Amino acid sequence: MRYIEPHGHMVSRVTDDYVDMATAGCEAVCEPAFWAGFDRSSVQGFYDYFCQLTEHEPKRAAKFGLRHFTWLCINPKESEDVKLADDVLGIIPKFLDRPTVLGIGEIGLNKNSKNEIKVLERHIDLAARHGQLILVHTPHLEDKLKGTRLIIDALKSDKRIQPQRVIIDHVEEHTVKLVLDAGFWAGMTLYPESKCTSARAIDIVEVYGSERIWMNSACDWGVSVPLAVPKTALEMRKRGHSADAIDKLIYRNPLQFMSQCPKFKLSAD
Amino acid sequence: MEKTMTRQEALDLYFMDARSKLIDLAAFLDRVDRAEGEADFRLKAFRLALRELERKEPQRAKQVLLTLSDPTTKPIAKATAKAASGAWPETE
Repeated sequence: MRYIEPHGHMVSRVTDDYVDMATAGCEAVCEPAFWAGFDRSSVQGFYDYFCQLTEHEPKRAAKFGLRHFTWLCINPKESEDVKLADDVLGIIPKFLDRPTVLGIGEIGLNKNSKNEIKVLERHIDLAARHGQLILVHTPHLEDKLKGTRLIIDALKSDKRIQPQRVIIDHVEEHTVKLVLDAGFWAGMTLYPESKCTSARAIDIVEVYGSERIWMNSACDWGVSVPLAVPKTALEMRKRGHSADAIDKLIYRNPLQFMSQCPKFKLSAD
Repeated sequence: MEKTMTRQEALDLYFMDARSKLIDLAAFLDRVDRAEGEADFRLKAFRLALRELERKEPQRAKQVLLTLSDPTTKPIAKATAKAASGAWPETE
């Protein structure tokens, strides 16, 4: 089995996780910028975090044979403070040319507030001006449906944005069709308690197909499973899915999306 | 994507897991009933969502999620918390 982990917050994980992922067949891990579990107090905190994501973490992953890529933004959980968000948006361009930066993410909404939308629109504008791919976080639990609709509206209202260059993540049964019908890619996050279980993610693929869709563990500092993608692949095998169908979902699909960024290479050549 | 399991195979693979979760649901409701004090909006939303399990078409997971979702469309004025509760407080 080979796979790509398209969404993992590896700065929160230990080296054993890298070993396990590489052993399970992971060839690359992609790390969107996210909320640290606490609010950062200044733009300098984000500067240091972006250095960690673009300098330190790729070296740490390489020790275990994994390519590491990243996405940059201020997460929607910290977007209520528009002044801080503007300061962070101001430093992101300094990092966009770095060799492992794939685009802007994970942007989006958390509580669907006016300020969150303002900051989302500024991220979308930044991505459009710099020709970047976009990775979008959709809100949690009861806020997901409304947030997904608002996010799609914001993306659609910027005519520079090409839907096939945007992945909207954390879809579930009530949002996946909205995302796919609008032409975007959809990400399913495999969590033990919230978002999708392995069985539900496979159900979604069986109902909606495997075009423009991927699965990720979104492993971070919370309850999450770094090996969720290969474990779901094993469950697909139990259900009788072919090796080719599994390979498409966990390897070729994320490869197809992220290869739209020329910096996404699986070999070091 | 093609269907991969017969109904019998789906039962063989998932019945015991679903049975376990069903008993957990029942035990959760028993636990809440035995406890003292007032329940908040989440219990009401939970009971409403349970009704969706009786549907006859395979849209139950989607309908449960919709029942627990905020159906409004306008942004809120300000985010005063970061966490979600799992149900919409104004569910009727």
